[in-house]
Amino acid sequence: MASAQGDSPGDARVADQAAFGRLTQVGKAFPPSSRKADKVVALVEVSYQLRRGELVALLGPSGCGKTTLLRIVGGLTRASDGRVEIAGSEVTGPRADFAFVFQSPTLLPWRSVLGNVLFPMEIRRRNDNAARARALELLDLVGLAGFAKTRPHQLSGGMKQRVALCRALIQSPSLLLMDEPFGALDELTRMEMQDLLLDIRQVAGATVLFVTHSISEAVYLADEILVFSARPGRVIDRIRTELPYPRTSGLRYTAAFTALERRASAGLGVLHDEPLGHE
Amino acid sequence: MNRLVRLGLPLLGVAALIAAWHLYVVLFNVPTAVLPRPATVLQSLVQNWRLIQSEGWITLWASLYGFLLAFVLGVPIAVAISSSRILNLMFYPLLIATQSVPKVALAPLILIWLGTGLESKLAIAWLVAFFPIVVDTAAGLRNTPAELIDLAASVRANAFQTFWKIRFPAALPFIISGSKVAITLAVIGAVIGEFIGSNEGLGNLMLVANSQINIPLAFAALFGLALIGILLYSAVVAVEWALRPWFAEIAH
Repeated sequence: MASAQGDSPGDARVADQAAFGRLTQVGKAFPPSSRKADKVVALVEVSYQLRRGELVALLGPSGCGKTTLLRIVGGLTRASDGRVEIAGSEVTGPRADFAFVFQSPTLLPWRSVLGNVLFPMEIRRRNDNAARARALELLDLVGLAGFAKTRPHQLSGGMKQRVALCRALIQSPSLLLMDEPFGALDELTRMEMQDLLLDIRQVAGATVLFVTHSISEAVYLADEILVFSARPGRVIDRIRTELPYPRTSGLRYTAAFTALERRASAGLGVLHDEPLGHE
Repeated sequence: MNRLVRLGLPLLGVAALIAAWHLYVVLFNVPTAVLPRPATVLQSLVQNWRLIQSEGWITLWASLYGFLLAFVLGVPIAVAISSSRILNLMFYPLLIATQSVPKVALAPLILIWLGTGLESKLAIAWLVAFFPIVVDTAAGLRNTPAELIDLAASVRANAFQTFWKIRFPAALPFIISGSKVAITLAVIGAVIGEFIGSNEGLGNLMLVANSQINIPLAFAALFGLALIGILLYSAVVAVEWALRPWFAEIAH
């Protein structure tokens, strides 16, 4: 019954009709690499209304511009066209109520685990006892109690990404931007991290944008999936998953889950019911 | 077993070289004034140990001070040229170009400017050690991993915070690798200073021994110089080793 919204996603939609975020005709073209080359169009006319508290997966093949879109929404990259509004104001750069989790953990190797989690608070000059207590609490939440003084190089890939997650959560973001955060992990660790993220959403209550190229990951985590075409990236399908919360791994083997995976595969053009002919 | 082999084989290599040296001198009847036997060098080293030690300290301090001077001047200059686009465009190409200039050729001029005391030796040691430190530090500061810059931007770190909390610590491995080159060059610089105009230090002792055709003493002084080089280099390596866990992930 308990979901990240406190109610089922359907009720949240009714209760919070005003969109949390609004993307209007967002596009991105990179300047040409040489004088003769054409400019590289990465992203075309993405319009979308982001609902408060939802997890939206950006799903697409490599190089489809989904990471570019995430960076634009988060203020790390400027759009060439269109505008992004979050919580009522236009995004012009990184904001205090945004937090990122990148594809690689990007921990600072010269700091301890605790020092890494506290890094954003130090930048905000709010590295006080309360922040420290909160950091330890978050480490406990992700199963890293007792690792506060460990150095990053002593951790496994999954543990590092947990630290990166704590570093994002300590900023109490209203928008969490995750760029293929589990892409480099092995299958089992990846599934563990997905369950951890589902748990954490209930605590954090943040709206999440989640870039992935894994169909099953998108279906398992998301309230809505935006399916992107290959470059230039455009949204070719929007899939509301409507899967119940709390989600547990058993869900992966239900008919509803498989049907969603099938629809996403079809959108990505990787669904074939006939063997591929070779001439 | 493995450890024994790893320790033993280098020692065996040294022993083989010394044996070859000894055999060459004995078999071809080489006069001591040209190439003394290893045993004769050892004997001279033991006899003149106090002299080598006192002259060695002088060379050691000149090298070390030259290096430290290069470090305390080189790192801030590297910071300046990698923080300012204008300074970078003005001076970075020049720095790269001076890399290939044989700076020891300036030694006679420096002697005229600074005299035969410690100053001139220091200046030459500084001159040769300065460039690798500046160039490597600047390279390190320009090559901060893009993802760390993204992280800094995402938490809205200002330029000052980005520099001190991300870019500078991320450049430390480069600074250390520059220091390894610089400390070796600083010893060479100090000895050249002593060769050209000085009445003390191991470089001077070598010249004196040569002019007296006391070749075993020249070799003993050379041994002292090698010892200084190894000692100073090891000190930098020790610093690197102590910092290694901090930089395990940004090893380039």
